[in-house]
Amino acid sequence: MTNSPVYPTSEVAVALELNGNHVQAMIPAHRTLLDMLRDDLGLCGTKRCCAEGECGACSVLLDGELVNSCLVLGAEAHGGVLLTIEGLSSNGVTDLQAAFLAAGAVQCGVCIPGQVMAAEQLLRTNPDASRDEIRDVMSGNLCRCASYQRIVEAIQSAAAGRQSDA
Amino acid sequence: MASYCRPRTVSEVLAALASAEGHGRVLVGGTDLLVHLRKDPFAPTVIVDIKSVNDFPPAVEMGADAVRFGPTARMSEISNDPFIAGHLPALGASARVVGSIAIRNRATLVGNICNASPAADTAPALLVYGSTVTLTGPGGERTMPLADFFVGPGQTRCGPDEIVIRIDVPIPDRGHRSAFQRLTRRRGVDLATVSVAAGVDADGRIVLGLGCVGPTPLLTDASPPVDLTDPGTIEEAVEELVSIATPISDVRAARDYREAMVRVLAVRAVQAAAAASEGLSS
Repeated sequence: MTNSPVYPTSEVAVALELNGNHVQAMIPAHRTLLDMLRDDLGLCGTKRCCAEGECGACSVLLDGELVNSCLVLGAEAHGGVLLTIEGLSSNGVTDLQAAFLAAGAVQCGVCIPGQVMAAEQLLRTNPDASRDEIRDVMSGNLCRCASYQRIVEAIQSAAAGRQSDA
Repeated sequence: MASYCRPRTVSEVLAALASAEGHGRVLVGGTDLLVHLRKDPFAPTVIVDIKSVNDFPPAVEMGADAVRFGPTARMSEISNDPFIAGHLPALGASARVVGSIAIRNRATLVGNICNASPAADTAPALLVYGSTVTLTGPGGERTMPLADFFVGPGQTRCGPDEIVIRIDVPIPDRGHRSAFQRLTRRRGVDLATVSVAAGVDADGRIVLGLGCVGPTPLLTDASPPVDLTDPGTIEEAVEELVSIATPISDVRAARDYREAMVRVLAVRAVQAAAAASEGLSS
């Protein structure tokens, strides 16, 4: 379900740094960042799920902060720096993604791009996160396959790997 | 014509709202507004994004007698602020449970109040501290108690051509303690079923802010001084105070359950406040 108004909407020009590249688009004023990514820019790694900020499947990093892209207008990202799952894994599967695979955390997979973005932000801001802190931070990302235990294990495993590399 | 604009000054914001003729909607975090937009695609909404306004008061300003929150104060800043945790603990605790990290990175305190949900997480605490709301519009500024600002579900005294420019939260006197309690169906990303903020002063007077048990967040009168070491006395005082609650049944809970739980949460909030060390409650 896209955020498509049925009345005339003016268009706005959006220019931003997306995954390290300068990107421009003309989009309807009310189009969400999520819909802009998927429908205008063809980046479908960011998933459209509840589209009202409940599930976290559309999580991206805007100006270094975790946000739900369904609750941000494309127009609001103008002048911003945006990282999506495509940018995160532009050089192949990351250590965090490999940890998700190794832990068997990926089942149907729809929530996983959002899970990985939220987990990546967690590892960057709190590399020593406890199990409780991980569960707290990840509570905004729902998994209908309920692989929560394995997702937490994957994050702990990736955190341990980064600690030993550091 | 639906549109989006990003004014740079307060006067440009007010001009944009005036020309929108009632269809203007102020955007800061968007965590409520974008959900409303999706559910009401028939309104020619003029979105006025105020995040680039450069003559707003600071997001969070620590005054000698009050903490002042501007329109851009986000939940993440409020929940991580040690001064707020120390002096306005019920507010810090309520900001910390809003939505998820991704929501708290966008959602604002002023937005939470202007959305005027009876379940607004931060409203009970703000009410208990005696907060005031300052609006600005074509007629100039006006300030009112937060308790008078709420009119009904989603309705406030903020006119279509006005914005809330500041929330002032008085720093309580020494000896005042406060706490927040919230009941949800699951821990993350849920609206409250019932929420209660409690403040107790040095003489044992109790004031409660109640969420989800009326058409607006509710503020009780102050109780007479109560012996906070006696659970029975606390229960009696709470019973009297929560009589203003008029909960309804909805998707999250039945009326009877809310009526029972508002008492339980209020007693817990009072006990948590009473147990907190002076000036630095949990």
